[in-house]
Amino acid sequence: MAGSTPASPSVDLTVAGDPAFLGLDPSPASAGSHLVSDGTAALAAAYPALAAAVPDAPAVDRRRSGAGEVWFRFSRHRLALASVFVLAALVLGVVLGPVLWPTAIDDIDFSAMLQGPSAAHPFGTDDLGQDLLARMIYGGRISLAVGVAAMLVATVVGLTVGSLAGMSRGALGPLLMWVTDLFLALPQLPLLLLLIYLFRDALKRVFGVEGGVFVMIVLVIGGLGWMPVARLVRAQFLSLREKEFVEAARSQGGTTLHLVLRHILPNALGPVIVAGTIEVSSAIIAESTLSFLGLGFPPDIPTWGRILFDAKDHLDTATHWALFPGLAIFLTVLSINFIGDGLRDALDARRVV
Amino acid sequence: MGAYLTRRLLIAIPSLLGISLILFVVLALAPGDPFSELATNPSVPPEVRMALRAKFGLDDPVMFRYWHWLVAMAGGDWGFSFQSRTDVAALILGRVPTTLFVVGSSQVLALVVAVPVGIVAAVRPYSLFDKVANTLAFAGFSLPTFFTGILFILVFSIQLHWLPFVYDADIQATGFQWYWLHVKQAIMPVCVLGFFQAASYTRYVRSAVLDVARLDYVTTARAKGLADSTVTLRHIARNGLIPVVTLVALQMPAVFGGAIVTEQIFRVPGIGALLINAMLSNDTPVVMAVTFVFACLVVLFNLIADLLYGWLDPRISFG
Repeated sequence: MAGSTPASPSVDLTVAGDPAFLGLDPSPASAGSHLVSDGTAALAAAYPALAAAVPDAPAVDRRRSGAGEVWFRFSRHRLALASVFVLAALVLGVVLGPVLWPTAIDDIDFSAMLQGPSAAHPFGTDDLGQDLLARMIYGGRISLAVGVAAMLVATVVGLTVGSLAGMSRGALGPLLMWVTDLFLALPQLPLLLLLIYLFRDALKRVFGVEGGVFVMIVLVIGGLGWMPVARLVRAQFLSLREKEFVEAARSQGGTTLHLVLRHILPNALGPVIVAGTIEVSSAIIAESTLSFLGLGFPPDIPTWGRILFDAKDHLDTATHWALFPGLAIFLTVLSINFIGDGLRDALDARRVV
Repeated sequence: MGAYLTRRLLIAIPSLLGISLILFVVLALAPGDPFSELATNPSVPPEVRMALRAKFGLDDPVMFRYWHWLVAMAGGDWGFSFQSRTDVAALILGRVPTTLFVVGSSQVLALVVAVPVGIVAAVRPYSLFDKVANTLAFAGFSLPTFFTGILFILVFSIQLHWLPFVYDADIQATGFQWYWLHVKQAIMPVCVLGFFQAASYTRYVRSAVLDVARLDYVTTARAKGLADSTVTLRHIARNGLIPVVTLVALQMPAVFGGAIVTEQIFRVPGIGALLINAMLSNDTPVVMAVTFVFACLVVLFNLIADLLYGWLDPRISFG
């Protein structure tokens, strides 16, 4: 019965943690097939009732396991699939870049100023004759690291605020949502600029120039990007907390923390993964914008935005200088956005492909 | 309608207070002391410094300082710009119209592009047009405004010499020529901002219209034998576009963020460029005031969106 009818609270309950790590809705079909495919024999042995319920599951027409199903849906989105390869190439490029292209980023060569792409300098040089490929590899690491770190900050804050608001039945929920709406109405870029303007010097003293600016930018971008996650998580919690499998877990004596961590949160993760993906791309744009305005990383840390900032006064003589970092930002952000779109299709268990 | 208006206004006030509190707390927590220069200046005796601190209320408890700042801001006393030696309020008010002109025109452009494209994409979902529009929209909002701006300058100013890339607020020309020069220099900033917004609006319009297009009353309208265009424009679009108002309002912070970048690239003398210049020259009163003005503009546009929503959708109760 596990897979054929929705009324299977006992199965859902016992394996609630299992489909969860996939971030799937505990829709009976996917939960059942997943349970079977993973062959949780010990579980079945421990729960005779469950074992009795399992034999029905294979009758459901499912050829793929849970993870396989997600991958199948994702790969149907061709642009998302292509984006995975583009992004993987970019990430590999900036990670392995220094090994493959061991040129110093601050190797000043006045005999090779503002040169276009050539064999010696595949991406050309800047006004000090520094090799742009090496600088872009270095800057790409920073830009991508900022994106991922800011996404983690935003997701952790968003998950915390959203779970608290979603579980609260008192005044805390509305209060947190009011704060969330307030943050959504904040003009983000001016505030980002203001925070960096005010706190830059203090953080530089604590973490050093590079570390200080990095920590600052990550905290500020993440601290202003958690609101969509919080709203998504709250909405998921509000519906999940009333579901039968949560009720059943509670009736078995699960504490609220246990309910949240083992049963509700894992099932709410699908939209969070999608929002987190989009968060990476918007953090990369935010960091590049700050650097482009001359208020992000200092000139000796050539993030892609910073290279564009330096290049914009030489557009007429050195077009390549602006084009390469701009294209790198565009490709990264575009591929992350497409991957997010593909994940949205893949993780939405209700949608039938 | 009157009661609805009042209620909306009353909701906007706590948001403004909340935003002002956040800004003030940020400023109060920030390290650095406006009188630090005096402390290292040997010709200023410590007593004078203390007297000055007391006079400007720097030793008061934070709540008092917030209250004083709020009263001063509300009363139009926004401080004095260190750099340009003028009143901050006058400085900002002189530049707000330019920003509103650029932002307003770009929003009009964005909607003019996004609404028709979104509707057509939604009434023919998964058609070739829809796929192309969707892909272009993705590309559009993945292209950061600063890169689009640079590409525009490269193509239209440097290669083709069609458009000027430095905005001149003080054009010395009269009559038709004056208007033409203004339009010409505004084309690139407005397009950069407009196309970026159009990309996300297209997706909003598409999904909002798609939600409505499957409803029963649309089927009924078709069953009555109404023409396709009538059903699309008068039945689907009229209802489907209502939520777009809210989505556009939610984009306002991003729009003003984009305006800062655009103004900086094309040297448009608006408040965004003022903010960046004030930051680069450590002009704190201007920085605080401009940030607050941006916050007020965002709240104001959210308010307008709420009112529009109430007007467009009679199901919203005015009571």
